[in-house]
Amino acid sequence: MTELSKNGAAVDESAAAQRPEAFLEVRDLKVHFPTDDGLVKSVDGVSFSLEKGKTLAIVGESGSGKSVTSLAVMGLHRLGPRGKNVRMSGEIWLDGKELVSASPDEVRKLRGREMAMIFQDPLSAMHPYYKVGDQIVEAYRVHHDVSKKVARARAIEMLDRVGIPEPAKRVDGYPHEFSGGMRQRAMIAMALVNNPELLIADEPTTALDVTVQAQILDLIRDLQKEFGSAVIMITHDLGVVAEIADEVLVMYGGRCVERGPAGEVFEQPQHPYTWGLLGSMPRIDRETSERLIPVKGQPPSLINVPSGCAFHPRCPYADIPKGNVTRTVRPELEQVSTGHWSACHLPTEDRQRIWTEEIAPKL
Amino acid sequence: MSETKKTDEAAIPQQTSASEGSADREVLLRVEGLTKHFPIKKGILQRQVGAVKAVDGIDFEVRKGETLGVVGESGCGKSTMGRVITRLQDPTGGKITFEGQDITRLSTGQMRPLRRDIQMIFQDPYGSLNPRHTIGSIVSAPFRLQGVEPEGGVKKEVQRLLSLVGLSPEHYNRYPHEFSGGQRQRIGIARALALKPKLVVADEPVSALDVSIQAQVVNLMDDLQQELGLTYVIIAHDLSVVRHVSDRIAVMYLGKIVELADRTSLYEAPMHPYTKALMSAVPVPDPKRRGQKNERILLRGDVPSPIAPPSGCRFHTRCWKATEICRTTEPQLIELRPGQRVACHHPENFADQAPQDTVLLSAAKEASELVPDAVVADAPAETKPAAAGDEPAAEEKPAGDKEPAAEEKPAAKDTASEQAEGSEATASEQAEGSEATASGDASKTAVPETAASKTPAAEPAEAAEPAEDAASAEAVAEAADTAPAPEAAEAAAAAETAGEKTGPGAKSTPGKATGKAAKKTPGKPATGTGSEESSGK
Ligand SMILES: Nc1ncnc2c1ncn2[C@@H]1O[C@H](COP(=O)(O)OP(=O)(O)OP(=O)(O)O)[C@@H](O)[C@H]1O
Ligand SMILES: Nc1ncnc2c1ncn2[C@@H]1O[C@H](COP(=O)(O)OP(=O)(O)OP(=O)(O)O)[C@@H](O)[C@H]1O
Ligand code: SF4
Ligand code: SF4
Ligand SMILES: [Mg+2]
Ligand SMILES: [Mg+2]
Repeated sequence: MTELSKNGAAVDESAAAQRPEAFLEVRDLKVHFPTDDGLVKSVDGVSFSLEKGKTLAIVGESGSGKSVTSLAVMGLHRLGPRGKNVRMSGEIWLDGKELVSASPDEVRKLRGREMAMIFQDPLSAMHPYYKVGDQIVEAYRVHHDVSKKVARARAIEMLDRVGIPEPAKRVDGYPHEFSGGMRQRAMIAMALVNNPELLIADEPTTALDVTVQAQILDLIRDLQKEFGSAVIMITHDLGVVAEIADEVLVMYGGRCVERGPAGEVFEQPQHPYTWGLLGSMPRIDRETSERLIPVKGQPPSLINVPSGCAFHPRCPYADIPKGNVTRTVRPELEQVSTGHWSACHLPTEDRQRIWTEEIAPKL
Repeated sequence: MSETKKTDEAAIPQQTSASEGSADREVLLRVEGLTKHFPIKKGILQRQVGAVKAVDGIDFEVRKGETLGVVGESGCGKSTMGRVITRLQDPTGGKITFEGQDITRLSTGQMRPLRRDIQMIFQDPYGSLNPRHTIGSIVSAPFRLQGVEPEGGVKKEVQRLLSLVGLSPEHYNRYPHEFSGGQRQRIGIARALALKPKLVVADEPVSALDVSIQAQVVNLMDDLQQELGLTYVIIAHDLSVVRHVSDRIAVMYLGKIVELADRTSLYEAPMHPYTKALMSAVPVPDPKRRGQKNERILLRGDVPSPIAPPSGCRFHTRCWKATEICRTTEPQLIELRPGQRVACHHPENFADQAPQDTVLLSAAKEASELVPDAVVADAPAETKPAAAGDEPAAEEKPAGDKEPAAEEKPAAKDTASEQAEGSEATASEQAEGSEATASGDASKTAVPETAASKTPAAEPAEAAEPAEDAASAEAVAEAADTAPAPEAAEAAAAAETAGEKTGPGAKSTPGKATGKAAKKTPGKPATGTGSEESSGK
């Protein structure tokens, strides 16, 4: 917390001059958690921007910092049990306001209305002993001066839109009486109830079957069309990414390793981790191979993050770049084509050769 | 793993009843006529006014060493089925046989020795981990509770398990809230696999994992199956994962199994229209094909309620092939082709089972508008030409005459039951709700109404705090699940220990609160795990 204000003050000085054009801009965001075993560098220098009406998909390894990044944008690390124990720096600009240095109260006012989040764990976002409907009603009434009755009608409408059968009846159920997917949809209803301008959806469809999933994606698209909302979609479901994303950001070990237009990242991925990720996917439109091929090795420690490129202990190409750079120098994001960035020391020729000869044929 | 000589013997006679063609392996688990209804109670008198028929009469068997995949729409009863076959919840009816032993009515105490062999990976990793316990103690709990001392000691074994699922020693002393979603899911997997159980029911085990770690976990489960002959029932939405891991797949719809077939048949020649619709909707990870939905079968209409399921075939309100017989007569799950059981009067990819019944219900006609032409054309010749071409007059008439009535009936029933059930939370629901608070601030329970206005929704992260407390109620249940407590006292005791180890998120006196609440409020915790019986009655 002290860090925060220190940092915030520093930011304020130059802030006016640096005010970005984009609706959302995140600059060099760091979120670290001190623990008994050491400082966990969950997010370690992530930057991206997002325009209204667009969708950014964040993909990446489990534990790579996707949720922590989005909770930071929502200003949620400072609250609850985590709040006491987090170190945050960098800048988060939402619609011209800087949030890292803003007071919790200012951020709270934005939350729900201007920005809303679909949480990865429905149970962590829903109160177990209040009726699902009441929770949506409250979320709505915080930002809308309407009667309970009106808000209730709105809650039922939202439950209906996310495909809960018999919403008028289910509105009075408790979270534990919902199935996993129903809980997830109830939370989606809660996040969308105020038509937020920025929607962060953290794995919004993991518990949903494909039909409902399609319905939810349509709903999000509607929101974008109608209100020009910007959407951050965190998902490991690359089918969903292909379906909805304009841009893709790939995270590994608390950092962004690749970023670019969705089509390009799928067709011309540039980073060895992205290659590994695409290569380990079971696909329904392909033959069932006998065994899936995970990226070899273990996820990196976020306390003792591997030196240089965090991916080097697992990267089959770590020895190609000359000298010992992969192990000593942290690769910065570099533009490989318009709007397409990758953080890797591999020389362009090698990268292209490996992609066309070794990787692409196997995908 | 050298136990259960008795049960092994008992399994032998069981085999004789295996009737299906491809049953070359011994049956490990047999489920017959299984039902699970959640009563809907109303008023101070707690009169039962209806029931959520979450699982409504299913039959299947799981053979030793195989993987049975279970798929189906959200809310169709998959998790409930999983919790009932692992006996974390009591079935309402039917029979469950594990290794030849009837376990349908075993008490929690009687189930205890079997807990080692039957494990469940929960769909909601957050709810199933005790927030006050470190990961090290959560994953070593099965060893403690079953009194198993692995070679090299518990800690070493736990660290080995953690590394198998891609977690590291630096995670050992951390608490659940300090993990990512996928990491929590893997903790649940490590815990379930710790004692190398015979049967693992895995509810969405890899849904929160990126594809690489997903592959690692899938391979791990595969290896254990190869080495130790583990048997899995895997519930999942991701059809490409299901296809990859399953030997056979059961498709559920509204509390019933509508198709049960080996993997290849199901993916290549699904017979039930619902299966076909399900398969058609899988997004393909390729942006070039974005928006290319012409092959997708959109299901029309609402998902029907499990409280008042449609008559006859439950899918008839949304099926594009539905005829009168579908509305009146429930199709039985029968083996149409070796290894492929289907419950449908007019299956796809197979001879019509009711060729005399050719007139489509009007809902079906509307439904077929959303079905790609290719699929409609695929429909068995008997159904379509007859309905559309041959006898135009005949077609029109029954449609006009019968339809309204047909349509009205289920609808009317629905509203009736809607009224009857009312919508207030019943006392039992309240009790259940408050059970969840058990370890939390007990006073909050007393005033749900006022507290509710304190908007948990608006401040999710703050809400996360009580939610964590609530989770520990489940965690208590979870502790009880690994070693189910036969007595309420024991559950409370378990709760107390759960409370003692105060984690970072812990509140004032969780231990006491838990104990008290557990005694006061009967009812089931959300996961309906072990403590259900002990505290319930
Ligand atoms: N409060 C905390 N204290 C310590 N470490 C934490 C804390 N919260 C998160 N972490 C760690 O930070 C890393 C990033 O977590 P995050 O939840 O952002 O992962 P994620 O990318 O969302 O993964 P997943 O796909 O599994 O949800 C993880 O390795 C996690 O263990
Ligand atoms: N404790 C309960 N009380 C009342 N109804 C319940 C309870 N548990 C489950 N249900 C209802 O039973 C039905 C089946 O729920 P279940 O959790 O088994 O679905 P599911 O197939 O696992 O769905 P999902 O894919 O969304 O997880 C749902 O309608 C649900 O609301
Ligand atoms: S920088 Fe080196 S180690 Fe890192 S991804 Fe590129 S080649 Fe691999
Ligand atoms: S054809 Fe009839 S029996 Fe078959 S799924 Fe459709 S409605 Fe059910
Ligand atoms: Mg996450
Ligand atoms: Mg479920």
